[in-house]
Amino acid sequence: MRKVLVAFFIFMCAQVLAAHGEVQNARQDYSASQVEMADQFRADGKIYVLTGIILIILFGTVVYLIVIDRKVSRLEKELRNDGH
Amino acid sequence: MRKSWWKVVTVVLLVYVITGGLLMEVPRLNILNETIRALYFHVPMWFGMIIMLVVSMVYSVKYLRSSNALYDTIALEFANVGIVFGIFGILTGMFWAQFAWGAWWSGDPKQNASAIGLLIYLAYFVLRGSLEDREQRARIAAVYNIFAFAALIPLLFILPRLTDSLHPGNGGNPGFNAYDLDNRMRRVFYTAVIGWSLLGVWIASVRVRIRRIESSLEL
Repeated sequence: MRKVLVAFFIFMCAQVLAAHGEVQNARQDYSASQVEMADQFRADGKIYVLTGIILIILFGTVVYLIVIDRKVSRLEKELRNDGH
Repeated sequence: MRKSWWKVVTVVLLVYVITGGLLMEVPRLNILNETIRALYFHVPMWFGMIIMLVVSMVYSVKYLRSSNALYDTIALEFANVGIVFGIFGILTGMFWAQFAWGAWWSGDPKQNASAIGLLIYLAYFVLRGSLEDREQRARIAAVYNIFAFAALIPLLFILPRLTDSLHPGNGGNPGFNAYDLDNRMRRVFYTAVIGWSLLGVWIASVRVRIRRIESSLEL
């Protein structure tokens, strides 16, 4: 747990430092539409993003269910070894 | 984890349902607009619920014929998952109705009937909780479950069709005509029904196993 917190803290520090280092004229680069970026992913009302979000939830739920399933299997095995 | 091919199938089907359901082409209809896609998510909840409750009812019958406690547990857990699907169905339906029909609850015959149906099933769990003796509880619950199912079918499939309803397929029309669900939509829709139902079976099976562990610890 502590390791996770430390990692998170370092990550946040990096974020703050990066924000300080922002150069003014870099801002207009964000609106340079002639430069090709992965714009397709943001097109059509960003439906692909929504699809991604729902897929993440689905995968999360499935992984959670798999973890529960495995835990139950482990308990069943322990019970069998105890001779219940 | 008990490895089964059908668990893999479940995940594959649901991934197809979500990507296909959100991205594939759908009929462009007024008022509905993109919410027509809710058909892939809202209706399969009810189909899933019915399938879970059929399994539950069958196992209640099997329990009464054999007095095998495992059948009672299976009936209970499938009813459990079925009602979870039903609650998802009613919540998604209300949300959809707010934008398609203009109100969260319009007192539509099918809305009211499904709410009554859910309450009948909630009473099943209250009934179980109120009985101490295990065999008595299993037997009375099994009988109640069969009657609950017998009440649910006319509530959802017959009564709403005898009168006018906002739901498509009611007021004398057959459920799925060409305008409600064309062949392209059927592909995603039936995949969704199978996918969610398999997920329900998966959850129910895990819950049955947890109950088995619990009861073996009590002995």
